[in-house]
Amino acid sequence: GATAFAAAMLPFGAYAALSDDAIAEFTGGAEVGSEGITLTAPEIAENGNTVPIEVEAPGAVSIMVLAAGNPNPDVGTFNFGPLAARQYASTRIRLAGTQDVIAVAKMQDGSFVQASTEVKVTIGGCGG
Amino acid sequence: MAEGVKPRVRVPKEASVGEAILIKTLISHQMESGQRKDDAGNTIPRSIINRFTVDFEGENVIDVTLEPAISTNPYFEFEATVPTSGTFVFTWYDDDGDVYTDEQSITVS
Amino acid sequence: GTWSRAAAQQAMTQDDLLSFETTGNVTLIHITDIHAQLVPVWFREPEINLGVGAAEGQPPHLTGKEFLQRYGIETGSAAQYALSYPDFTALARSYGRMGGADRIATIVKSIRAERPDALLLDGGDTWQGSLTALRTDGRDMVEVFNALGTDAMTSHWEFTLGIDRVTEIVENELNFPFLGANIFDAEWNEPAYEPYVIFERGGARIAVIGQAFPYMPIANPGYMFPDLSFGVRDERMAEVVREARDEGADAVVLLSHNGFDVDRKMAARVPGIDVILTGHTHDALPEPLLVGKTHLIASGSHGKFVSRLDLDVRDGEVKAVRHKLIPVFSDVIAADPEMTALVEAQRGPFKGELSEVIGRTESLLYRRGNFNGTWDDLICDALLQEREADIALSPGFRWGASVLPGQDITREDIFNATAMTYPEAYRTEMTGEQLHIIMEDVADNLFHPDPYYQQGGDMVRVGGMGYRIDIGRPAGSRISEMTMLSTGEAVEPSRTYVVAGWASVNPEVEGPPIWDVVESYVAREGTVSISPNQNVQVVTG
Ligand SMILES: [Mn+2]
Ligand SMILES: [Mn+2]
Repeated sequence: GATAFAAAMLPFGAYAALSDDAIAEFTGGAEVGSEGITLTAPEIAENGNTVPIEVEAPGAVSIMVLAAGNPNPDVGTFNFGPLAARQYASTRIRLAGTQDVIAVAKMQDGSFVQASTEVKVTIGGCGG
Repeated sequence: MAEGVKPRVRVPKEASVGEAILIKTLISHQMESGQRKDDAGNTIPRSIINRFTVDFEGENVIDVTLEPAISTNPYFEFEATVPTSGTFVFTWYDDDGDVYTDEQSITVS
Repeated sequence: GTWSRAAAQQAMTQDDLLSFETTGNVTLIHITDIHAQLVPVWFREPEINLGVGAAEGQPPHLTGKEFLQRYGIETGSAAQYALSYPDFTALARSYGRMGGADRIATIVKSIRAERPDALLLDGGDTWQGSLTALRTDGRDMVEVFNALGTDAMTSHWEFTLGIDRVTEIVENELNFPFLGANIFDAEWNEPAYEPYVIFERGGARIAVIGQAFPYMPIANPGYMFPDLSFGVRDERMAEVVREARDEGADAVVLLSHNGFDVDRKMAARVPGIDVILTGHTHDALPEPLLVGKTHLIASGSHGKFVSRLDLDVRDGEVKAVRHKLIPVFSDVIAADPEMTALVEAQRGPFKGELSEVIGRTESLLYRRGNFNGTWDDLICDALLQEREADIALSPGFRWGASVLPGQDITREDIFNATAMTYPEAYRTEMTGEQLHIIMEDVADNLFHPDPYYQQGGDMVRVGGMGYRIDIGRPAGSRISEMTMLSTGEAVEPSRTYVVAGWASVNPEVEGPPIWDVVESYVAREGTVSISPNQNVQVVTG
């Protein structure tokens, strides 16, 4: 690629502390497990400005999504009502560079679980 | 006031009792993050959809808080189970105070 | 010389190349990544093909002696010539060009003489890579693959013809399904193409699932097919396999353009796939590679090989598999006259243009390999000279036929290394830092330890600059010692350099087409000579 460099390489982990803070605020500092939550995102973003993600946590009251490498890591929170068939949602998000996307679910019993996955944002080009 | 905002939803017309109904929604909106600068170097003020809710006959399906990291033209996909025929009400809340709604009826048998 | 060539040909017959003990009740024929090569070509396999993570030291990441040893291939044999790089030029002179649609037609007809309902499956990268495919928007290849009796295909470079042309071909011109389980419309996230077809063969139901190149909008210009989304999509593949099994499929075949390492990982993660016909990474393996119960087949590129795979499918299971990677030696396998006529008809209007001699080469021109090949060194030299640049960048494409030392360079040869729909040779300024970011980004697309984060190309080729690459290091820290070759000075992060390149994936890039740049350079030089590239220092392990 000739011109699109800006998005590709931010100092990795520069904003990680901010997402730690956001998780602590969401969980009130409670311990966070890792079972019973699925976060699906493309390995490589086709376009960093619109990256599809999917979260599911059976029995969750709400799921918060964070982009750990964005200057502001907040992405959004899904609160599930009584008519939700599954505690599942899909949306599209902006990623400022290669980073971990994190989902934290609050379960009915007040416990928390978390999943994360790396999404690569690349300049592109080349191929077989 | 945000211009050209247009909500679209995809809901099946019919479902059976207890069936999980897949719902997809899109709303055209620039989702200005508040972090971009214009050509003169001035920060473009934030203007986003900050909340999205879906209710069915007064009961909630999903209630979403949106931050500026949600993409332009916010898209949501989720599933509902409804007990009877009735109407889904979709509501998007804009930073500028505007509220956009759409409705979609479904026959449950 | 002529003596050794005659000897080599006498030692090989068409019957030997095609001999096969017909097995079971189903036959698959696989061709992939022909890159629009309708007539026989030279194609040198890679000298450097490094595997990382779980793929380190595993096929297809074996080259030269290691490869020959692993598969018990004799020194100087036809198999060495077809499958590896050592002694390529001498062996090429003995064994002749490989491929050609008319030879492939002979092979397909011969297999179908024994098994009339054999399935012919094309792995994609079919409609791009030659002057004729470019001029006809893929029409020549569509005609030829229709005539071959193809049963299904999947895709990658096809989409660089632009979505309107792809739609026109798929809806009006193609006689068989264009499959892509992983292609979705980007707006509503709905499947955009047929995911699979079920064929009834030999009393069994065979599901053929298509998987298009997952990184399409990243590796190639996304603006050419703006409403489509691709991706690896493991869960989707698992769902489609289940759906096919529920429909009664006794065997599931994945016609894939994932690239070999991605397929190896997918085979381990998605249950229920019996065979993966791999593509994209252009590997040719003489035998299947087994991952659990899944057989991975690698059928090479540029028409050099046709894979035949016989299956014994009974009671919802594949009981036995027999495989042969058939090398398409064009001097040994007879041309099918009907196909020769069809190919001539496609090439006829462009004959004069194709055969025009532009210059001559004293060196073997080849591209394939993780780092600079001589073809790209020539292209980089042309970019530096013709576009008056400090540094040249040429993409790490795996397609592009070879030219032997002492041969003329024709216009066809130049197009075989450059023909595509976004050829603009741009000229721009970049800082040393920006250059470093690009090099790191491409390196990570090649050497990320997890294949789902790779893109299956080779490293960007560089002219005017040398560098060191440590492939085992993490993203952002593999590339060092970037040095200007003209002065021996280090590339400075803050300094601005004039960079020329081609095949940018961004819209509205300006410049002359790369083939014109190369042609005027070769014409001026008359005879080109490219010495082996010593400017990339590769650190492994
Ligand atoms: Mn290819
Ligand atoms: Mn490919």
